[in-house]
Amino acid sequence: MKLLNISGSPHVHSDESTKRIMWRVNMALIPALIVATLYFGVNALLVTLVSVVSCVLFQWLIEKFIMKVPTTIGDGSAVVTGLLLAFNVPATASMLWIVVIGALVAIGIGKMAFGGLGKNPFNPALVGRVFLLISFPVQMTTWPKVGGIFPTRLFTDADSGATPLGIIKEHGTEALPQAWEMFVGHMGGSFGEVSALAILIGAIYLLCRKIISWHIPVAFIGTAFVFSGILYLCNGEQFIDPVTTILTGGIMLGACFMATDMVTSPMSKVGQLIFGFGCGLLTIIIRNWGAYPEGVSFAILLMNSVTPLINRWCKPARFAK
Amino acid sequence: MAHQIMLAVIVLGALGIIFAVVLYFVAQKFKVIEDPLIDEIAEVLPGANCGGCGKAGCRAMAEAFVKQGNMEGLKCPAGGDAVMQKVAALLGCVAEASEPQVAVVRCNACFTGERTKVHYDGLRDCSFANSLFTGENGCQFGCLGLGNCAAACQFDALVMDPETGAPKIDEDKCTACGACVKACPRGIIELRNKGRKNRRVFVNCVNKEKGAVARKTCDNACIGCGKCTKVCPKEAIKVENNLAYVDYSLCIACGKCVNECPTGALVAVNFTPVKPKPAETPAVEAPKTEAPKVEIKIPQPEPVEVKKTNE
Amino acid sequence: MGGVHPNDNKISTEAAIEQFPVPAKVVVLMNQHLGAPATPIVAKGDKVKVGQLIGEAQAFMCANVHSPVSGTVSKIDVCKDPFGLAKPAIYIDVEGDEWMETIDRTPDIKRECNLEPKQIVDKLKEMGIVGLGGATFPAHIKYSVPDGKKAEYLIINAVECEPYLTSDHRVMLEHAEEICIGISILRKALGVPNAYIGIENNKPEPIRVMKEMAAKFEGIIVEPLKLKYPQGAEKQLINAITGRRVPSGKLPIDVGCVVSNVGTTFAVYEAIQKNKPLIENILTVTGKKLPSQHNYQVRIGISYNDIIKHSIGELPETTGKVISGGPMMGKAMCNLDGPTVKGASSVLVIDESEAVRAKESNCIRCGKCMQACPMGLEPYLFSALIKNGRYEEAGAHNILDCIECGCCFFSCPANKPLLDEVRLGKNKYRGILAARSKK
Repeated sequence: MKLLNISGSPHVHSDESTKRIMWRVNMALIPALIVATLYFGVNALLVTLVSVVSCVLFQWLIEKFIMKVPTTIGDGSAVVTGLLLAFNVPATASMLWIVVIGALVAIGIGKMAFGGLGKNPFNPALVGRVFLLISFPVQMTTWPKVGGIFPTRLFTDADSGATPLGIIKEHGTEALPQAWEMFVGHMGGSFGEVSALAILIGAIYLLCRKIISWHIPVAFIGTAFVFSGILYLCNGEQFIDPVTTILTGGIMLGACFMATDMVTSPMSKVGQLIFGFGCGLLTIIIRNWGAYPEGVSFAILLMNSVTPLINRWCKPARFAK
Repeated sequence: MAHQIMLAVIVLGALGIIFAVVLYFVAQKFKVIEDPLIDEIAEVLPGANCGGCGKAGCRAMAEAFVKQGNMEGLKCPAGGDAVMQKVAALLGCVAEASEPQVAVVRCNACFTGERTKVHYDGLRDCSFANSLFTGENGCQFGCLGLGNCAAACQFDALVMDPETGAPKIDEDKCTACGACVKACPRGIIELRNKGRKNRRVFVNCVNKEKGAVARKTCDNACIGCGKCTKVCPKEAIKVENNLAYVDYSLCIACGKCVNECPTGALVAVNFTPVKPKPAETPAVEAPKTEAPKVEIKIPQPEPVEVKKTNE
Repeated sequence: MGGVHPNDNKISTEAAIEQFPVPAKVVVLMNQHLGAPATPIVAKGDKVKVGQLIGEAQAFMCANVHSPVSGTVSKIDVCKDPFGLAKPAIYIDVEGDEWMETIDRTPDIKRECNLEPKQIVDKLKEMGIVGLGGATFPAHIKYSVPDGKKAEYLIINAVECEPYLTSDHRVMLEHAEEICIGISILRKALGVPNAYIGIENNKPEPIRVMKEMAAKFEGIIVEPLKLKYPQGAEKQLINAITGRRVPSGKLPIDVGCVVSNVGTTFAVYEAIQKNKPLIENILTVTGKKLPSQHNYQVRIGISYNDIIKHSIGELPETTGKVISGGPMMGKAMCNLDGPTVKGASSVLVIDESEAVRAKESNCIRCGKCMQACPMGLEPYLFSALIKNGRYEEAGAHNILDCIECGCCFFSCPANKPLLDEVRLGKNKYRGILAARSKK
């Protein structure tokens, strides 16, 4: 007979694993990818593919040749980063190479420089995205028009359209698409962000699987809704209405997938509510008074930086008090 | 335009001057007056902060030296006599010479092959494993092989031997700071005098079980038979609780006891091989090969050409 | 608050309690309880009978030990317990099965008990009764309420929230009346108006049986409890039944509660009404890969190897761990030659596929450990602090409140040995506190 094993209790484990969590997040992102492909065509798929492959590749290279540790690409976290990074860029042909640089920054600087999954203070996909936004402002804000699965000019840039937020910055609120169109995603934008419906489907799946809890998305979207509502009531001319606010830009994707990233968000429920509140508030402030039309990435990154403080402040209620 | 530049220069310059003045007064107010000797002594100490001296670190030790004014009761084991001489020169007193010491792992443990009785699957920490069970070898006194000592060593002198899974000490690197002694939850590691020509004789076991039980647990266990005490010319060996102990202050490293030991628990280090004794039983040798300790040369019958004996 | 839901795997619930045969040899350890070992009062060569006192409690925190068999004392020596640690023990060669005359071995149920509270406690001490819930706390100490404190609730722990274990389940089904008599005796000893039996909802049959029986007794209330691990942990059980919370570093009696395991109440009945000392345990032999599942009434001092040999013949080839106790809080055994002791509740054989821990990876800060912790602690934080030797900070974050239920490790997706680290930290922090109080 083989040797008996000895260890401290407990001797059984739930079937929970990092790998399973990450692959479930990947599953939850698939609806958004499908909708993006329907609206922006093969370009969206190609950008996603390039982004995912380069994220996984960079992680493997860094672990193998720089860190010299066993590779962890199988846990699916690099795929999550790749998907989220791709979802945050426009589906244009020029993104095919730019997104590779984004992947390098996301994985190399956003994650592995801190020691790999679990040790990064900032959401790696957002680090990559913000890097690209600052380094390639033109390409990153050249939005393709919504077309079919096969755009007329494959592999080249389609006619540029504009995001609703861009439209507002330039033309005011009259030229906006309908709320319903925005809900299903028929508008310009970073291709993963456009469809609130697809994102919500994924988010509900994650909620059912208990991978995310409702606290961050609800606090985030709720704060954005209420705050923009107050602004709209104060001055309906200058500010956009709250429904448009939450349906446009990256709020949905950010609130459901990026702010809820386990590694960079607070652990306690109260902490998560504070975190979501901060994200929502900062997003609206940046949108209305900042230089950029969109502020979700900056808002989440800023709140990521205060996560350790929130963790320190919001302790769970001790049983024996 | 020009006056704007001037304004900026004036504002920044004024700010700089104000901060400088504030900093100056704060620095004066909170100045810590410290004996410069502390810095000098701290410079001389090894700087490993190993804690071997019992102080919080090398600087704390330097402060203790200066506060006391002499070297009584204070010793830097890591630095040894060389460092103590330097400190003595700085303090203006005389350092007492002391025997150089070395850490000795008193266990034969081997975590590969037949000796392993169970597999440990928990936290790799000796002190936790010690609270949980006897150890993979089934010996409740012996080494657990999880490397708290190696982690405690600041000098790379103690590493876990990948072949046996047990700790191994590099005599040249060991400074006898005692960090490993404190780290071991079972008190296996001991600081012993290095001995003449680095030759040492010691009992390589801390098992206090009765002979038969100890033997069952480990082939190389000390069974407390007391044969060694009878041959020792200096009465340096005592058997207590079924365990022999060689007092290094009395031992003259003659090596007689080593040949008497029926289990190979008594070992001699850095000896040139002595003349083979044909009377030894082969049953004793087998276990020795099971637990290869690279740096330990046990005098035993081997078909080796012997040039000289050391007695 | 907190808690997890492991698969309950109660596969041995249908197996009725069988009497385990007496082997040729037993080894009776002298410390089968929390506290100091008992002192042997027999010598080599002495003849002993079943139930004869052989180890006397001389320290305060100690319990009497009785001979579980009749025969001759062959030696008094140390014996390695199932965890490999040498403990003082009495070896007895079995001859026949001759019981002490005082022990009532008739199957009749004796309902009347005319003893005064003080006499009951004295008799518990004499009979060597200890808590059978796992901690083996000497019963006579538990039922002597210290001056200035008052017991208001007697809580009977029949939750059995540990997966696999079924000994309490079977005892309730087969000895409901004896248990209720035992509870009445304890209620009298403590002078409390009501006793509450907490049973987890996944045991409908025992709940029904106990409710029917309790209706015939005064002041016994059955409380079905929500299915959740660790519902049966002392502090959680008190909270579920009384709504009170035992403060940090305090005992249940500080909030007016005394908690007793249901198995103990059966032992109390036998001790007080039948004069039978604690020489037998109800033991579950279970495991997914075992050919058969058993519940035995086993004399203490029988080696685990004998139990395995008799019940299932041989351990399956793929055995990973053999555990004494449940899979969440039990201890893995390394020496199956070791004898059973008073608190032993099971021989749980876990297959390799479950027993071997998966490889540890980085903490992903998901917070599952924190949500699972029934004490509202932060295991992930302890893990980080302890790795860096910051034991005092861990102490400041209430590490000593940890009840070692294992929910944190159970739920950790990164497979970090959280409870191992917390235990290490608790030990180190206790050491620091002890050193400080010495100064």
